[in-house]
Amino acid sequence: MVAGFVYKFVLQKQLNNSSQRLFGKNNILSIILMEVEDDSVRKIDFLMAGVGGQGTILASNILAGVGMELGYDVKTAEVHGMAQRGGTVESHVRWGEKVFSPLVEQGKTDYLIGFEMLEAARWPMYLNKESVVLSNSYRIPPPSVNLGKATYPTQDEIEGILKRKGSKVLWLDATNLAGSLGNPAMAGVVLLGALSNLVGGTGEIWLEVIKRLVPEKFVEMNQKAYLEGKAVHFS
Amino acid sequence: MKKLMTGNEAVAYGAYLNGVRVGAAYPGTPSTQIMEHFALYPGVFAEWAPNEKVAMDVAIGAAYAGTRALVSTKHVGLNVAADSLFYAVYTGLNAGLIIACADDPGMHSSQNEQDNRNYAKFAKVPMLEPADSEEAKQFAGVALEISESFDTPVIMRFVTRTSHSSSLVEMSPDEAPPPYGEPIPFKRDPQKYTMVPAYARLRHPVVEDRIKRLVQYAETSPLNRIESGDDTLGIIAAGSVYQYAREVFPHATFLKLGMVYPLPEKLIREFASRVHEVVVIEELDPFFEEQIRCMGIKVRGKDIFPMIGEFSPTLIRRCAAAAGLIQMTEDEAEAAAYLSDTAALPVRPPILCPGCGHRGMFNVLREAGVLVLGDIGCYTLGVAPPLNAMHFTGCMGASIGVAHGFDKAKTNERFVALLGDSTFFHAGIHPIIDVLYNLGTTTTIIADNRTTGMTGHQHHPGTGFTLQMQQTARIDIINLVRSIGYKKVDVVDPYLMDEFSRILEDHLASQEPSVIVALRPCALQMKEKKTPPQIDPELCSNCGSCLDLGCSPLVQEEDYVRIDPVLCNGCGLCIQVCPSEAIKQQ
Repeated sequence: MVAGFVYKFVLQKQLNNSSQRLFGKNNILSIILMEVEDDSVRKIDFLMAGVGGQGTILASNILAGVGMELGYDVKTAEVHGMAQRGGTVESHVRWGEKVFSPLVEQGKTDYLIGFEMLEAARWPMYLNKESVVLSNSYRIPPPSVNLGKATYPTQDEIEGILKRKGSKVLWLDATNLAGSLGNPAMAGVVLLGALSNLVGGTGEIWLEVIKRLVPEKFVEMNQKAYLEGKAVHFS
Repeated sequence: MKKLMTGNEAVAYGAYLNGVRVGAAYPGTPSTQIMEHFALYPGVFAEWAPNEKVAMDVAIGAAYAGTRALVSTKHVGLNVAADSLFYAVYTGLNAGLIIACADDPGMHSSQNEQDNRNYAKFAKVPMLEPADSEEAKQFAGVALEISESFDTPVIMRFVTRTSHSSSLVEMSPDEAPPPYGEPIPFKRDPQKYTMVPAYARLRHPVVEDRIKRLVQYAETSPLNRIESGDDTLGIIAAGSVYQYAREVFPHATFLKLGMVYPLPEKLIREFASRVHEVVVIEELDPFFEEQIRCMGIKVRGKDIFPMIGEFSPTLIRRCAAAAGLIQMTEDEAEAAAYLSDTAALPVRPPILCPGCGHRGMFNVLREAGVLVLGDIGCYTLGVAPPLNAMHFTGCMGASIGVAHGFDKAKTNERFVALLGDSTFFHAGIHPIIDVLYNLGTTTTIIADNRTTGMTGHQHHPGTGFTLQMQQTARIDIINLVRSIGYKKVDVVDPYLMDEFSRILEDHLASQEPSVIVALRPCALQMKEKKTPPQIDPELCSNCGSCLDLGCSPLVQEEDYVRIDPVLCNGCGLCIQVCPSEAIKQQ
């Protein structure tokens, strides 16, 4: 009755004799033999943490765009609406041969990118000993700290939380670097520049994706911010 | 060519590719971008309706008139539109109708986490659930074919993680609009379209028969598929949960349901007979599980996985390990231990933006000590400390009716109803009529920021522009309430707190029903920024009066308060509240 629907989500094979025996011929039109993932399949997971309004969504779109250019399957997950009003936000970006879940699993992220120090500190459960944390050293005190009812943790305390599993922690003064280029809001793009040295992809690919995703009048500025971040070398 | 798209973008694209030419919606997270993206395609009409019920009627009307139509809504919006959904299921349509409906498990931006799959069973309407953006695009085409073949609306269910997740979508090589001719002529047929009892009785058997035929369709539709694997464990899942489960159980056999209602009983039986144990993994309600149990099939589900909150690969892995279905690696088991590390960190809830007009209003209301019966919008954030100035929020438009109830119960409280401009157009007009008609005394504050703020600045009947940026009549709230019959109506800028306070006291003292319009366009949208004031540390007595505004640029230092000039919008509210005159405009 319903015609013209072509199914092409995943590898679809003709039923072979053994699966006909297994499932029978009746009632099942669609058996799809999945190529089962083994654990060694290449994937790179990124978790971005920041404060609503800091530009994590643009940064995750750039990162996803670069993943596509590098030939990966790509998924992202983010939250809009209430969470954007200055609250805690996190974006997930995943590159892989074949990505199922848009959400990164705890204990399995390859990179945690902090747009703000305290926000980076919230996600140690996603880290493992191979993970790299790259975080802006900028602070935005939350309301309870502004009111003097809570204390903003020190950089050492935050580093302690993030290093407990043996992850590498890299700090970058991204907001001030972006500010020196004219707009502190480009901190995320500065962080991506530094990240690109770690994950690969030629500078041209990153610059091209930035050009595609940023409004035209801000392209040049953002490309500069990317290069500023890329020029940072961690010891 | 492939493009990275959110599920919201992809369903809009799929609808467009398959000839949908009329769309209607009210903004609501996480569904908002469906209609925003649909509106961008050439040759389509797309509108922001005042509320979801109106949107639903518009889309149904277009489908009656023979043009394929799309209505999009968040989960609770379908409550508002439910009356219309139910008649459309009885009448059927003329051209296809998709209802794209996005649930919000985990309540990222909602007042509840109702599971709208229940609506499919309740209204007897087929429901599809895509698991990624490619499926969102493809299922839009299937939904329209089902809609027309079976003469029924079709709900496409999303959740936050399918609406707001991006994945790759195969683009149609032909970007030009597909040929779609004249609308299919509407045939005047009162027995089908006019639901008086005598005719509705004739339609109910049609609905029941339709669902039976849809079960037959579901049995063989490629929307539902078995993915063969190890036969010890068979997992039934749909949507984003299927994606999570696929990672946690790479070797299991899956029944992946693309059509979540009605269920394919024979296919489920066949599946169950081929595996040793069947486990249903589903977010929120045991919707599949209960139906499958009713089929007499042994299945596990909510004994392993919670009914509350959002799922993730992490949660599924932990629950499955606790139930003995899998073993966790050391890394996986250890990840949970880190929660205690973060428990002591100061939380960062969403707050009103710097420069937000609502802040001045809430400061006045808090100082006056009135009971604030609130509503849904950015201003709901007035509940948070230090403002602590909202005492009730239920659903869109509830503020005024609830306030009228307080009034009629002869409360001893001084109270106001408070709602935003977009919310007023959504569901505030009927209750404000009720207050006047039934001799109430309620003062209603309409916090008019000239936009639909929380969902990302959408137009509404009071802005003078349509969704597709056509200039149009601007419905004037003040004239509207005056024409209803309100005599006591005042407009005040919430930045001017003394004046606001004076007007508020005047209205509260009056026995007349009244309206205060707190008019101040959204600071985020205006993008105007005045020079930030500075605090003189010598004059600052560190009393904390300014901090009680809950404005993020105000930072507590050792023995004074500082203003962060990067964040500050320069609104000047802090200058007004400082008793030491330590805050100076530059």
